[in-house]
Amino acid sequence: MNVVIMGCGRVGAQLAALLDEDGHKVAILDVEPYSFRRLPSTFQGAALVGDGTDEDSLKRAGIEEADAFVAVTQGDNRNVMAAQIAKHIFKVPKVVCRIYDPLREEMYHTLGLETISPTTVGARLLRDVIVS
Amino acid sequence: MYIIVVGGGKVGYYLSKTLLSEGHEVLILEKDAKKCEAITEELGSVVVRGDGCEARTLADAGTERADMLIAVTNEDEDNLVACQVAKNKFKVPRTIARINNPKNEALFKKLGIDVTVSSTNLILEHIEEEVPTHPLVHLLTLKGGSLEIVEVKIPQNSSVAGKRMKEIDLPPDSVICLMIGKWGAQVPSGDTILEAEAKVIAVTRPEAEEALRAALTGS
Repeated sequence: MNVVIMGCGRVGAQLAALLDEDGHKVAILDVEPYSFRRLPSTFQGAALVGDGTDEDSLKRAGIEEADAFVAVTQGDNRNVMAAQIAKHIFKVPKVVCRIYDPLREEMYHTLGLETISPTTVGARLLRDVIVS
Repeated sequence: MYIIVVGGGKVGYYLSKTLLSEGHEVLILEKDAKKCEAITEELGSVVVRGDGCEARTLADAGTERADMLIAVTNEDEDNLVACQVAKNKFKVPRTIARINNPKNEALFKKLGIDVTVSSTNLILEHIEEEVPTHPLVHLLTLKGGSLEIVEVKIPQNSSVAGKRMKEIDLPPDSVICLMIGKWGAQVPSGDTILEAEAKVIAVTRPEAEEALRAALTGS
C-alpha cells in the first residue's frame, strides 16, 4: 500500500516505522526537518520537508498514487484541512485524521471524515485502568 | 445583522470597527488576551476571549442566531475550520473566509465556504495597478469567476490606435465598455475612435485575457 503521513511527531514517526516494517511504501511530510530524527535508521520510505496543507507538497509526496493518507500534526485545524484536501481534491480512498478536540472530532466525523480523538480514547483508557 | 468576526488582528479590528459604525451587532472572538484588551479599550465590550474554531466558544457567542461569520485570522486552516463549524454545527447562513495562500481558494469553495477573500491576491492586484509598465490590469473578477473586468492602456504605437471600435478584432466574449481618454470617460459606440494612450475598461474571460491584451496593444 502507498501511504502518505503528514506530521513526523512521535505518533507519525512510529506509524511510519510500523508501516515500513510491514513492507508498505511510506512517504512522511513535516515542515521541520529536525523531526525526521524520530524515524528509525532502518526506515526505507521517503522523508520530505513540506506542508501537508499545500497541494504541491502533497503531490511531491505522491498523494496522487496514495492508497491512504494520515494527518497527525499537532494542529487539529491543519489536520482537518489536509485530510479534506486528500479526500476531496485527490480522492485518496482512505483518509484518517487526528483531532484532539472531541467536539470538533464529532463534527468532522459526521461530515464524513474518518477521525480519531486521542483525548477521548486516552481518557477512556485511563478510566478503565483506574476502575478495573 | 448579528455578525461574528473570528480573529482580532488588524483586519478583524478594522472590519469590526466598520461593521459597528454601520449599525451591526458585532462580536469578535480572539485567543490573545492582550489583543482582546486593546480592542475593548478602543471599541468597547465587543470581544470575547476564546478560540473561534471551538464549538463551545461559538455556542457561548450565540452563533446559532448569527447572520454571518467572518473568519480573518492569519491562518487559512483556522479560517476554514471556523467557517465549517459555523456552517455545519450552527447553520450560519453566510460564512466568509480570508485566505492567505491563493491556492486555497478553490478548496474553500469546494468545502462549502460561501465567500473567500484572498488578501494576497488583492495586494498583488493593487500593486499591479501601480506598475506603469503593465498594460493589462485586473480590476474585478465577477462572481463565479467566468468573467472579469480589466483595464488596458493603449500604447502610443498600438496598431489599433486611431481605429473605430467596430474595426477592432476582439477575442470572443470580450467587450470594451468604457474608454477613458483625453476628453474623459465615455461609453464607446461602434464609431468611437480608439485614442492612443487612452485607458479602456473591458469585460473578458480569464482565458481570453492574453488575446485581448495582444489585440489592443498590437504586439
